[in-house]
Amino acid sequence: MSNSVPFEKVDKVETLKKKRWALPQEFSIFLVLIGIGLVFEALGWIIRSESFLYNPDGLLIMVLQVSEIGLIAVGVTMVIIAGGIDLSSGSIVALAAMVAASLAQVSGYDRAIYPGLTDLPFLIPVLAGVAVGGLAGLVNGSLVVKSKVPPFIVTLGMMVSARGLARYYTEGQPVSMLTDSYTSIGGGANPVIIFIAAVVLFHIVMRYTRFGKCLYAIGGNTQAARVSGINVGRNLIAVYTIAGLLAGLAGVVVSARAQTGQSGMGMSYELDAIAAAVIGGTSVSSGGIGRVTGTLIGALILGVISSGFTFLGIDSYIQEIIKGIIIVAAVVADQIRKKRTR
Amino acid sequence: MRLGLVQGEAPKEFSVFSESSVDQQGVATSGIDYIFSAKEIRKTFPGVVALDKVSINIRPGQVHALMGENGAGKSTMMKIIAGIYIPDKGTLFFKGEPLVLKSPRDALNKGIAMIHQELNLFAHMTVAENIWIGREPRNVLGLVDHGELRDRTAKLFADLAIDIDPEAELGSLSIANRQMVEIAKAVSFNSDLLIMDEPTSAITDKEVEHLFRIIGSLKSQGKAIIYITHKMDEIFQIADEISIFRDGTHIVTKPASKFDHNSLIAAMVGRELNQVFPKEEVPIGGIALQVKDLARESAFSNINFDVRFGEILGVAGLMGSGRTEIMDSLFGVYPADSGEIHFNGKKLNIKSPKDAIKAGMAFLTEDRKQSGLFLSLSVGENMQIASLPLHSSLGFVRQKEVDELCSDMSKKLKVKTPGLYEIIENLSGGNQQKVLLARWLLNTPKLLILDEPTRGVDVGAKAEIHKLITQLAKQGAAIIMISSELPEVLGMSDRVMVVYDGKVGGILSRQEATQEKIMTLASGVEL
Ligand SMILES: Nc1ncnc2c1ncn2[C@@H]1O[C@H](COP(=O)(O)OP(=O)(O)OP(=O)(O)O)[C@@H](O)[C@H]1O
Ligand SMILES: [Mg+2]
Repeated sequence: MSNSVPFEKVDKVETLKKKRWALPQEFSIFLVLIGIGLVFEALGWIIRSESFLYNPDGLLIMVLQVSEIGLIAVGVTMVIIAGGIDLSSGSIVALAAMVAASLAQVSGYDRAIYPGLTDLPFLIPVLAGVAVGGLAGLVNGSLVVKSKVPPFIVTLGMMVSARGLARYYTEGQPVSMLTDSYTSIGGGANPVIIFIAAVVLFHIVMRYTRFGKCLYAIGGNTQAARVSGINVGRNLIAVYTIAGLLAGLAGVVVSARAQTGQSGMGMSYELDAIAAAVIGGTSVSSGGIGRVTGTLIGALILGVISSGFTFLGIDSYIQEIIKGIIIVAAVVADQIRKKRTR
Repeated sequence: MRLGLVQGEAPKEFSVFSESSVDQQGVATSGIDYIFSAKEIRKTFPGVVALDKVSINIRPGQVHALMGENGAGKSTMMKIIAGIYIPDKGTLFFKGEPLVLKSPRDALNKGIAMIHQELNLFAHMTVAENIWIGREPRNVLGLVDHGELRDRTAKLFADLAIDIDPEAELGSLSIANRQMVEIAKAVSFNSDLLIMDEPTSAITDKEVEHLFRIIGSLKSQGKAIIYITHKMDEIFQIADEISIFRDGTHIVTKPASKFDHNSLIAAMVGRELNQVFPKEEVPIGGIALQVKDLARESAFSNINFDVRFGEILGVAGLMGSGRTEIMDSLFGVYPADSGEIHFNGKKLNIKSPKDAIKAGMAFLTEDRKQSGLFLSLSVGENMQIASLPLHSSLGFVRQKEVDELCSDMSKKLKVKTPGLYEIIENLSGGNQQKVLLARWLLNTPKLLILDEPTRGVDVGAKAEIHKLITQLAKQGAAIIMISSELPEVLGMSDRVMVVYDGKVGGILSRQEATQEKIMTLASGVEL
């Protein structure tokens, strides 16, 4: 056996350690966020001789705006991970805002929508707004599952109809004179707190519950998910409903903060939400990939960019052009990172 | 002799290997006979050295077989030759010239084509479109000329004696037929070097013979073929030369005639190996599953059989005979139209796989890419997905508990992976198969249905899997095992059911079952 050199036993069945020490996936995108912030900081000093980052008021406004888009984006991220898409969330925001606001009006206002239903405790309009959103999401999910029409089409239809419904609800009139208890939901840092709570909650749902794992599986390979005993239809309906609920909640927050419900609210929020998810690493081209925390950072990046441009006084049309470029660049960068294993 | 241990002979073989590696270098310097050479190739992936200092030389007009355990680096090497991966180090030579490949397209243009281990076809396109994709014949207007497309395909199929409708939608074909399309596609490039990565893992003996005839004619045209397989019986039929890889390194290359069954295995695994797990007699219990008059339109009809606890029922049959379809319906993937399924004394109404799993069944499907793998998810997630209900409370997964079970199972099945967190797409084909098997073993089923359980799995792991299946039977589980490999069916089964044309052709006891009888029943002749 002395000449058995090529036969030394190389049994490389490693101990399957739980996780090799590695940076979380979100780390690279977090660096991008910091980088963008620093660029604006530098430009701020150069152009305006002012700090961009050390500007509490400006930052609060930014974070408040991020919260509204972000709330929707959490749901949209989950839908995309499950292999779907949701284009209806912006319109659901408007519909929920109208319905909630109409139940949150003060008494003694002669143009109240429901003169008999004024001065209600704030919980009632909140629940109504969230429920309307959930219902719209339920319809989305049921149609996707039962009719087998692609989610792009189903939610496109919902986007158009829900917006129409929001307008029809008051024939386009804004709903104002809301109770203080209702508007306080949008006061101070409340929207931010609600957003962070949603991120934490759904991060836990996606990472640690069976439901979350099933969504990843369904997005990864629907047929394999079914064969593995997952009730695909029920899970899909649930995720679209959750997305609707979150859009409804966003509608409540938006109308509370603006102290009015308007049918034009949430316009094109769905696109910003999808952009936030995509920048945060959620894959639209193949399901089963993405994280809620990535979306949080994606939403912050979008927020920093738009408030940075506003801070520098750059024209809003140019802002849009650049925002578009950044979204595509984020996806391209992601693809390149993945391809490097070739 | 097939069942024997490698013993005693081994030391003699060792010395032969060391001689031949000298020989190998001697030949390499002359370098004229070769159509293709690779020198000192190295390729790493994050956390994995897939290939290190690998050199091979390929002669025209010959079949060069490549063997090695799952994860040895065979597919990686082939992907480098086909321009899919770029090596970290090393050089390629093709027809005497250094070869630098920029893309798979580039390799095809230069005369290197590859049949991949996993099928790479488009389910919603026709067979003809699939074959000529990217090089469709065009008419004067620059539009695809569908008539010509069909004619070309028909001619190609006629040359290769393949009987498939060029206009059929690919998704409607059986896996075996898709594999034949993939083979025809590779041949259609008329390449000088043709790589076949486990082309026979999804087809039955009949198609294997067909493929071998095609290979024979390619050889006579002076084309070189690199052929990867885990099937030992094929190797000596088809190979002129054999190279062995182990753990990313090249171990030895010799003419096939210089190997025998045992020395080949010894070289692959690097140790002595009991490569066939002997059949164990397990006490057979009561009836687990009884199927009565099961039928599904245009798939099968009049299916009657039963399986007992502790029993292994082998299922044989030609491709397209309906054996997979029957199992699909048993498990609710495509529910049956009529008939009864009794399980454990109860009549079941199975409408979806969820119902079947609830009743205690498990089903390892045949097509791992389509209905098995979650390619974007990790090894751990892939393994545990079907048993999450067993390991969660209030909807929360008891992660530590499942992870430990997964780790154990990976070790038992020798899954080669850096860890449970690795994305499963990065595992070698055989290792992916082991993960899928683990998924269902973790589910501790009362009835385990296995459709080609050892597909693409190496000899060593195969014996290990057979052992696990037997253990499960010992614990009282009923097992149905479909396999295209008759030795596997004969070796493992207590009874063998042969399916022909959507019907039960016959059920043979272990004593009755022979290769000939199975083949006879499988071709529709009654005994
Ligand atoms: N894209 C990739 N990323 C990371 N690791 C990879 C990748 N491709 C292959 N590997 C690793 O490289 C090693 C060799 O894999 P390869 O697919 O070449 O094995 P193989 O010999 O073809 O095995 P099998 O017989 O199972 O098909 C394996 O450990 C595998 O996990
Ligand atoms: Mg391989």
